Amino acid sequence: MSGAPGRAERLVPWLVFAGLAAAPFIGFGEGHALTLLARAMIFGMAAVALMLLVGGAGLVSLGHAAMLGMGAYAVVVLDHAGIVEAWIVFPAGILAGAVFALVTGAVAIRTSGVHFIMITLAFGQMAFFTTSSLAIYGGDDGYTLFGRTEVLGARWLEDRLVFHFVCLGLLAGCWALVEALLGSRFGRVLRATRDNETRARALGFEPWPYRLAAYVIAGAIGGLAGVLLANATEFVAPAYLAWQRSGDLLFMVILGGLAGPHGALVGALAFVLVEEWLSHLWQHWRLIFGPLLILCVFFLRGGIVGLLRRG
Amino acid sequence: MAEPLLELRALHKSFGGLRVTDGVSLEVMQGEIHALIGPNGAGKTTLLHQVSGTLAPDAGRIMLGGRDVTHLPMARRARLGLARSFQITSILPGFPVLENAALAVQARRGSSFRFFGRASREAALNAEALAALAEVGLEGRADAPAAALSHGEKRQLELAIALAMAPRVLLLDEPLAGTGPEEAERLVRLLSGLRARYGVLLVEHDMQAVFALADRISVLAEGRVIATGTPAEIRADAAVRAAYLGEDGA
Ligand SMILES: Nc1ncnc2c1ncn2[C@@H]1O[C@H](COP(=O)(O)OP(=O)(O)OP(=O)(O)O)[C@@H](O)[C@H]1O
Ligand SMILES: [Mg+2]
Repeated sequence: MSGAPGRAERLVPWLVFAGLAAAPFIGFGEGHALTLLARAMIFGMAAVALMLLVGGAGLVSLGHAAMLGMGAYAVVVLDHAGIVEAWIVFPAGILAGAVFALVTGAVAIRTSGVHFIMITLAFGQMAFFTTSSLAIYGGDDGYTLFGRTEVLGARWLEDRLVFHFVCLGLLAGCWALVEALLGSRFGRVLRATRDNETRARALGFEPWPYRLAAYVIAGAIGGLAGVLLANATEFVAPAYLAWQRSGDLLFMVILGGLAGPHGALVGALAFVLVEEWLSHLWQHWRLIFGPLLILCVFFLRGGIVGLLRRG
Repeated sequence: MAEPLLELRALHKSFGGLRVTDGVSLEVMQGEIHALIGPNGAGKTTLLHQVSGTLAPDAGRIMLGGRDVTHLPMARRARLGLARSFQITSILPGFPVLENAALAVQARRGSSFRFFGRASREAALNAEALAALAEVGLEGRADAPAAALSHGEKRQLELAIALAMAPRVLLLDEPLAGTGPEEAERLVRLLSGLRARYGVLLVEHDMQAVFALADRISVLAEGRVIATGTPAEIRADAAVRAAYLGEDGA
């Protein structure tokens, strides 16, 4: 977690983006592969946002899936009302994530450590049960979208390749945003409150406004990822908000490494791809996946990207 | 006489049945080094905790520049010009040395709600931070991770952070503890030169340094100020000799 990333590590995000851009043209262009990559990129986006909280602010949230859920259900609510225009749907999804984060964050941010984990979990579960009870949107069974979001009436996102590059562009944008935030004055204060809260206070920084702002930004990015997730599957269910999903996201962040948002990118890709690979190998793959993750946490102290650093 | 920069009025603090601060009143004037001495466990650190806002006093008032700050949180007091160096080193271990000081400059230079632009490359912040490091003799270590500093260097950084805040009042809790004799001498010279810029409340066990630096000395024993005076007066005070200096052999 300490030490500046070296040169090799700085290349990581660019290699990831280049690989994802090339993927459709080097044998990963068919439907199943693109679906899988879209899923990885969407979770990558959510993981990058979660990294801002965990790695940047030291706030370990176990309710981040609810942010995606807000974005996904914004798509559902608008779809139900017959609104499918991207210029409305995307801002609405982002706003839904941000507002949910603002309201729940205003409470959660008063706590820290284990209490913060528990309260974010509780808010996530509240959102989960709320969506389960929304009968007009299918309740537990979920809601099948009429179609993907349209852009000024054009059905571009139906095209798998276009969707792939939309996800990639937004993933790169989110990564760049979080990277910039962490290096900014704001991010420096945020990191200081994580590193030594007493020192931050003694310097004159009250931690909560910075933490709440980070929480809202992470919620907004989560909402954006939720809009994409709804579009990727053309279906939304309360399971998207389940706490297990929040746990998966947290694993992606820790697995990749907390040195920077590129760790979350790598973690999400590795998580989704290994999950897919194992599920083909053996039907009880979760029996191996869990212990594998635990081993990673123990033996890969700096996460996967930490392997690029010596010592 | 001018208004004191920092004024403690009848502060009381108990931990359970233990009275750690028992009616302490003292003042720090602009340009003055007011030393606070006393045996281990006398309540010196606890007193500084109350002044900086880490602990709330049970009773009494704390005035900073004529303003009652008794109930303000630590961060507000810091922004009003109160800087603190801790007895137990409190730096940002995950940050480079320079950024420890640069963040202190950032705290008083414009808004910290700026989301873009690399803070670590802001030349104005870095220049002031480097000047603070140079004052304590740490400029050669500017790029090192703070966690990699030796114990003595961390003490120096602790002081540099306080200086970089450009405060009105400096609270220093044993700034010389753990530094070598050469460093100690250097820091004494530095503190002596700083006097004009701040009011300093100095807690220190190094009696040589205290008597060389202090304009006034207050002696704390079991939470009470048993004497206040010039170094000469304190040296001559019988009660002080019995309570403290005698044991110390100073
Ligand atoms: N949080 C606390 N709870 C209970 N007792 C405490 C607490 N903090 C300090 N004390 C006690 O209060 C007394 C004063 O402690 P303090 O640290 O203020 O002394 P000090 O004068 O700074 O000593 P030293 O010279 O060793 O640094 C001690 O007896 C200590 O054990
Ligand atoms: Mg002490």
